[in-house]
Amino acid sequence: MWKSLKNNLIVVTGAVLGIAAAILVKYGNPPNMGVCLACFLRDIAGALGLHQVEKLRYFRPEILGFILGAFIISSLRKDFRSEGGSSPILRFLIGMFVMFGALIFLGCPTRMTLRLAGGDPTAIAGLFGLIFGAFLGTQLLKQGFTLGRSQRLNNFNGFILPFLAVILLLLVAIKPSFIYLTPTGHAPFLLSLFAGLVIGSLAQRSGLCFVGGFRNYLLVRDTYLLKGFFSVLVFAFLTNFVLKQFSFGASPIGHKEFLWNFLGLTVVGLGSVMLEGCPFRQTILAGRGNTDSALTILGMVFAAGIAHNYLFVSSPQGTTINGRIITLIGLVFLLILGFLNRQKE
Amino acid sequence: MEEIDARGMGCPHPVILTKKALEKIKEGKISVIVDNTTSCENVSRYAKSQGCQVKVEKKGDDYYVEITKE
Repeated sequence: MWKSLKNNLIVVTGAVLGIAAAILVKYGNPPNMGVCLACFLRDIAGALGLHQVEKLRYFRPEILGFILGAFIISSLRKDFRSEGGSSPILRFLIGMFVMFGALIFLGCPTRMTLRLAGGDPTAIAGLFGLIFGAFLGTQLLKQGFTLGRSQRLNNFNGFILPFLAVILLLLVAIKPSFIYLTPTGHAPFLLSLFAGLVIGSLAQRSGLCFVGGFRNYLLVRDTYLLKGFFSVLVFAFLTNFVLKQFSFGASPIGHKEFLWNFLGLTVVGLGSVMLEGCPFRQTILAGRGNTDSALTILGMVFAAGIAHNYLFVSSPQGTTINGRIITLIGLVFLLILGFLNRQKE
Repeated sequence: MEEIDARGMGCPHPVILTKKALEKIKEGKISVIVDNTTSCENVSRYAKSQGCQVKVEKKGDDYYVEITKE
C-alpha cells in the first residue's frame, strides 16, 4: 500500500490538495478558493499595504505553508539547492503579467481547477485559455526559447524567502497594530498552515504543476503531471459533493465574459511555460532554494498591488477596460519577449 | 558518447535536449547531466517512454543519466 502510494505520489498530491481545498472552504475560505495563488498573493499585497481594498488583506498561511513545506522537505532530503541568475528581472516582469492575467480571470490555474470542481461553468473558458497559452509556450520552446541557466548560489540566498514566510506567519500570529489584517473570509490559522505545509511537502516531492501537465503532453506526450491536475479536479469535486458545496452553474467570485476569461488564462499559461512552472509551482521551487522563483513571486505580489490600484482586476460583474487593455499588452509583450529570447544551437 | 550538460536548466529544457539528442542517433548511448531530482526523474521517464534503458548515477550534487538506445 505504502509503495503504491509512493509510486503514485503525483496523484496523492493532487488528491490531498483537492480534498484540503474543499475543506478549507468549508471552514471559512471564500467559495472555490480553498487554494488560489493569485488571490492569496493579492491578499498578502493588501496586508503589506500595497493596495487599499480592505476586504483583501491577509498573510495567507496556505502560501506560507507551501514555501515552508517545500523548504523543510527539500532540506531533509538534501534536495535544497540555492540557485538563481536566470534572467531575474525578466522573470519578475513575466510574474507581473501572470498576476494581471489571473486577476482578469479571477484565479490562478489552481483556482481554475477548483472552480471547475465546484461546478462553475465559466471556468471552462479559463481552462481553454490555459491550454492555448501552454500551446503558445510550447511553440516558443520548440523555437529555442529559454531564459537561460541558473547558477549555484551561496545557500543564504535560498533561505531569504522561507525566512520571510516565517516572519509573515509570526505577524499573523502576533497581529501587531501596524499591519493590515482584514480578510473577508479565511479558515482557522492553524488549519490553513497545516494544509499548506502538507501540500508543499508533497508537491516538492512530486513536482505538481497546473500548467506543466498540458505543456509536457503537448511537447512529448508525457501524462505524468496531467494525472496530478485530474486528481485535484476529481478529489475536489468529490469532497465538494460530500460537503454539499458543489453547485452546478454558480460562479462565486467569477464572471461570465468568455473571451476575457480565455485571454486572461492564455497570458497565465504562456507566462507560466516561460517561467518553467505555474504560480503554485513557483512557490514550491522558491521553497527549495530557487531565487528566480522567489523573485517571480515578489513580482506577482507587486503586480497585485498595481492591479487593484489601477483597476485592472475584474469583479463578479465583469472585466474593466483597464483590465482588457493590460491583458492584450501582456499577451503581445510575452510573445515578443519569447521571440527575442530564442537561442540558436 | 554524447554528453549533455543540462545543469541549471528548468523544466522542460533537460527533456527537450534529451529528445533532440536521441533523435540524432539510431542507437548508442548518451549521458545527460542534471542537478536536481525533478529533472533527473523527468529525463529518465522520457527516455523510458522512448524504449531506452536508463541508468542513474549520483556524483556530488549532480545526477548522470546514462541512456542506451537500441
